[in-house]
Amino acid sequence: MAKGDVARARTTRGAKSAPAPEFVQLLTPEGERVDHPTYAVDFTDEEYRGLYRDLVVVRRLDAEATALQRQGELGLWASLLGQEAAQVGSGRALRVHDMVFPTYREHGVLYCRGIDPIMPLGLFRGVDQGGWDPNQFKFSMYTIVIGAQTLHATGYAMGVAKDGKVGSPDGEAVIAYFGDGATSQGDVNEAFVWSSVFNAPIVFFCQNNQYAISEPLERQTRVPLFQRAAGFGFPGVRVDGNDVLAVYAVTRDALDNARQGQGPTLIEAYTYRMGAHTTSDDPTRYRIASEVEAWQAKDPIKRVRAFLEKQKLADSAFFDAVDEEARAQAVHLRERVLAMPDPQPLSLFDHVYAEGSPLLDEQREQFGAYLASFEGSGH
Amino acid sequence: MTRIKEFPLPDLGEGLAEGEILKWLVGVGDTIELNQPIVEVETAKAAVEIPAKWAGQVSAIFHAEGETVEVGTPIIAIDTDPGAGPADQLAPSAESLAAVTVAPAEGMVEPGMTGGGRTPVLVGYGPRNGAAKRRARVTEPAAPAPPQQEKPAATVDRPLAKPPVRKLAKDLGVDLFTLTGTGPNGSITRDDVQQAVQRPAVPAAPSFGPGREQRIPVKGVRKLTAANMVASAFTAPHVTEFLTVDVTRSMRALDRLRELPDWRGVRVSPLLLVAKAVLVAIKRYPMVNSSWAGDDIVVKEYVNLGIAAATERGLIVPNIKDVGRLTLRELADAMSALVTTAKEGRTSPADMTGGTFTITNVGVFGVDTGTPILPPGEAAILAFGAVREMPWVHKGKIKPRPVTTLGLSFDHRIIDGELGSKFLRDIGVFLSDPEAALLAWG
Repeated sequence: MAKGDVARARTTRGAKSAPAPEFVQLLTPEGERVDHPTYAVDFTDEEYRGLYRDLVVVRRLDAEATALQRQGELGLWASLLGQEAAQVGSGRALRVHDMVFPTYREHGVLYCRGIDPIMPLGLFRGVDQGGWDPNQFKFSMYTIVIGAQTLHATGYAMGVAKDGKVGSPDGEAVIAYFGDGATSQGDVNEAFVWSSVFNAPIVFFCQNNQYAISEPLERQTRVPLFQRAAGFGFPGVRVDGNDVLAVYAVTRDALDNARQGQGPTLIEAYTYRMGAHTTSDDPTRYRIASEVEAWQAKDPIKRVRAFLEKQKLADSAFFDAVDEEARAQAVHLRERVLAMPDPQPLSLFDHVYAEGSPLLDEQREQFGAYLASFEGSGH
Repeated sequence: MTRIKEFPLPDLGEGLAEGEILKWLVGVGDTIELNQPIVEVETAKAAVEIPAKWAGQVSAIFHAEGETVEVGTPIIAIDTDPGAGPADQLAPSAESLAAVTVAPAEGMVEPGMTGGGRTPVLVGYGPRNGAAKRRARVTEPAAPAPPQQEKPAATVDRPLAKPPVRKLAKDLGVDLFTLTGTGPNGSITRDDVQQAVQRPAVPAAPSFGPGREQRIPVKGVRKLTAANMVASAFTAPHVTEFLTVDVTRSMRALDRLRELPDWRGVRVSPLLLVAKAVLVAIKRYPMVNSSWAGDDIVVKEYVNLGIAAATERGLIVPNIKDVGRLTLRELADAMSALVTTAKEGRTSPADMTGGTFTITNVGVFGVDTGTPILPPGEAAILAFGAVREMPWVHKGKIKPRPVTTLGLSFDHRIIDGELGSKFLRDIGVFLSDPEAALLAWG
C-alpha cells in the first residue's frame, strides 16, 4: 500500500456523530406539539387518548409474548418494542377497506386492524399456521421471508387498480410493511419498479429500526432510505417513527394519494428496535449501550403521555386505567395461550388445497394408519 | 393441580439443547411475582433473563450458578400457594419426574435417565422428558411370548447399546467395541460412553477402533478455529518476520516490579511486558492496528488486545477491550483474569469478538517461535516464544543470557515489509531495554 493511501483510511473511534436526521415531526420527544408545513393532524381529545391507549396496550401485549417465550410457551417472538408509534400511527391511518401486507413484527398494526392478538401467537407457539382470514380483516398473513410481501402487495395493488377501485376519495389503498434490511432485497426493489410503472395504489412503509438483525443501517445504504424512491419515480418521505402523530399524518396522506390514483409512496419511519431482533438474538453483541440509551429518550409512549399531561387532556386516573386495561389484556392473552390445544396430527392435511387432492388423501390415510398403530390411540 | 410447580429450562432460541445458569436473581424463600426476572441464563445464542412463570414463593433451586443445564431440566420450584400452610412435598420433587418408568422394550430411554435430577449431558442431546411419554406400539396378539431368556453376551456380533447411546458414541468418536457395558445384560450405557470420553486426558491413548484409526467429529471450537484459519490464510496474504532479542533487562524489570508493594501478589509474566511493548509500538505505528474492509482500511484508535489461550475446549482468543486505557497494573490483572476465565471455559462471546491485535504465547509450550495465522479481521499477530538461556554476544563476549524469539505475521495488503519490520524492531527494542523505551516513547 502506498503511503498516500493512508488518507483513505478512516478512524472508527468517535467518527459517527451523525446529525439528527431531517424528518417530519409533529410531537417532540419532550411532548411539545410542533407544526409542519405539509402535514397536520386534527384529533379530538378522545382520539389523542385513544392513541395513547393503543400504544400502551400494544407494548404490554408484546412484553407478555416475550415473557411467554422465555417461559417456554412460545417457540419464538419478534418484539416490536420501540416501534409502537410507527405501527399504531400507520395502523390507525388505514381505512377499513385498505389492505395490509405485514412482516412478522406488525403486532401493533394487527391490533389496530381489530384482530385478536391471540391470532399470531398460534404461529409463534407452533400450533397453527397463522390463523386469521386475510380477506376478513384485510390483513395478510405474517410473512417471514424478508421483503416477499412487498411483491404480493404490489400485485394486489395492481389488481385493485384493475378493478377500478382507485381514483376517488373513497378508493382503496394497499400498504406493505418491511424493514431497513429488506430494502436490500431484490423483491423490494422489484416491487418498487412494478408499482411505479403501473402506478399501483400502494404505500411502502419501511420501519427503519436501524438494524437488520445485527447489520447496521450503514451496511444497507449510502443514502437515506426514503431518497431511494426518487430513483424509482415516486415520492419518498421520512417521518419520525417514534412520533405517532407524524406517522399518522404522513401515512394518511400517502394512502389518500394512492387511493386517488396518484401511485406509490415510500415512507421511511425512522425508529429503533429497543429489544432483540427476535428472542433468539442478543443485541448486546452488536450494539452499544449508549446508543440504546439515546433512543430511550425518544420513547414513543413517554412523549404522548407528556403531551396529554401538558395539555391537561388526561389525568393520573386515566393513565392508571390504561395500565390496568393493558395488564388485564395481557393476563387474558396469557391464559388463552396456555390453553391453546395442540393441533391434531391429521389437521396437517386440512388446508393444503381448497378442494383436496387424491395424493393428499392417500397420504392422510397412510398417516392415519400409522397413528392408529400406537396403543391407546383411540383411532 | 400441584401446588409446587417446577419450571424446566425452556429452549430459549430455536433448537438449543442447553443453557448455563449465569446468575440467580431470586433465592429460596423469596416471594416472587408473575413475570419477575428470576434467573439469567446464557445459551449459545444469547444471555437472557427468564421471567417467573408463576407467582408464589421459591421453594427450591436445583442448579447452582455456573452449571450447564439441559433444556427440559427443572431449574426452580415455585410454591404457587405459599399462604396455604406447609406443603406436602417441599422436598425437591425433581425425583417425581424420575418416577416415570419406561418399559425397557421401548428402547428409547435407559433406566435412571428419565428423571430431571440426572447428570447433565454436556455434549449432544440428552433424553428428553418427553421421550418417556412415547406410546408403545400395538403388538400383534400372536403366540404367547417365549419365556424371557437372557442372551449370553458372547453371541452378539456387536456390542449391546441402545440407539441413542450409539448415536452419542458416534458423535463423541467412541468405539463401542472398546467399552465394557455396565447396563442390563452387559449393555453399554450413556454413562459408559461418557466416562470413556473423560478418561483419556492424555491424548497418547485414544481409543482406536479395529482399523487403528479414530474419527473425531469436527465441531464446536475446533470447527470454528478451522473455519477462521482457512478464511484468514486464504484471504489475507501473510508475511512472517522473526526477531531474536536479549530480554535480560526485561526479566530484571519484572523482578523489580514484583517487589513493589503495589504489585504484591500480582501475577507478573514476561507476556505482560510483551503486551506493553505491543501497545507502545502500535502507538508509533497505528496502521498495524487496523483491518481490511474491501474499499477501506479501518485504522483503530482503540486496541482490543487478544491473547490466544489453549483451553480444554481448544484454542480460543479472548480479547481485552481498549487496553490503551489501562495502567500496567490494570493490564496485568485483566490478562490474568482473561486467562483464568478462558481456562474455566467461561469466556463470554463478547470477549471473543472485536479483537484488533493478538499475541500468541507459544513459549508456554517450550517452543521458540512459529508463524502465526492472523485472526480474521486483524492485520497483525505476534508469537512470543520461550524465554531461555542462550549463548549471546554481550559487550564483545559470549555470555549466557535469557533470550526469546518473536514472530510477527502481518497482512501484506495493509502492512509493507518496512512497516512490519519497524514495528517488530520496536517491540524488540522495548524488550531489550523497557525502561529506556518507555522513557523515549511511552
